[in-house]
Amino acid sequence: MQVIEEISGNDEDFKKNLLEIIKKEFSKEFENYNHSYLKKDFEEASECVHKLKHKISLLGFKEELQKAALFEKEVKKGNLELHENFIDTLNKINVYLYD
Amino acid sequence: MKCIIVDDDETARLILKQHCLNTSNLQVLSEFSSAIDAIKYLNSNDVDLIFLDIHMPSFSGFDFIKTLNKSLKIVLTTSDKNLALEAFEFKNVIDYLVKPITKQRFEKSFEKVVSLSKTEDSTNTKENLNKKSDYLYVSVDRRLVNVHIPSIYLIEAKGDYINIKTDGKNYIVHSTLKKIEDKLPEELFFKVHRSFIINTSEIVDIEDNSVVVRKEVVPVSRSNKGILMDKLNLL
Repeated sequence: MQVIEEISGNDEDFKKNLLEIIKKEFSKEFENYNHSYLKKDFEEASECVHKLKHKISLLGFKEELQKAALFEKEVKKGNLELHENFIDTLNKINVYLYD
Repeated sequence: MKCIIVDDDETARLILKQHCLNTSNLQVLSEFSSAIDAIKYLNSNDVDLIFLDIHMPSFSGFDFIKTLNKSLKIVLTTSDKNLALEAFEFKNVIDYLVKPITKQRFEKSFEKVVSLSKTEDSTNTKENLNKKSDYLYVSVDRRLVNVHIPSIYLIEAKGDYINIKTDGKNYIVHSTLKKIEDKLPEELFFKVHRSFIINTSEIVDIEDNSVVVRKEVVPVSRSNKGILMDKLNLL
């Protein structure tokens, strides 16, 4: 949350609005990733990982961000080795956002 | 300064808008989730700066820049750290911001844009002044006298002096034809002879080796006759 705090400053309304949009987009992007993965469209899956990376970094998951960046490249080539790990990250973020 | 934001990520647009809102002299005119919509907007609106995401589906930021024929300033925004080299291949890219964009980094980037704009403005102003100045200051009897350039119809060299003849008055100035020639707009003045510069709009008629400027007959050197004829609007 450090990055979000820094961007928001003392503007609580903005912070609330930002978190709402992150939640909305995150759910949609998570769903899009699953959809691309299931239909084995790895190019599209890579695009989804790319978009999710911004949320991962905004929420301060540094280690997970590095793995996501690697997975973005690998999944494009059809290498799904990091898929489970990526799903774990997304689930972790889901809990973080909604708990 | 007027800007637009182009990014398919709503979160990114919101953050950029917030940074812009907190920056004086920066106004967000509009925001777009698609590069195509932004291109349409730019066709009919004046914008100084674009915050542009590189990674967008179907039409990337780089594709977008290639369509721009205006000298718009662009600050690229991206989650990829490794596209900087490619990004700066484009002349109008001023900066490259890696998401998430912090307030501090944004401010630094905007400073860069402002500083560059000031340099450009100053260059343009100087060029315009040089181009558009209608006045020339000449030294007459230890005074600097303002001469309205279009009112000059003839300049004649006389030894170490030149005689500048204008509508209302003649000025004898310690200078050379070469020096004053450099200060005059070449579309209006022409050195017809080593001792004469004329205002071509004041030519009354032309003979073989002379022109009449107002009521004065001025010699034209053989080598300059052809150039003079090219400058005139002949039927």
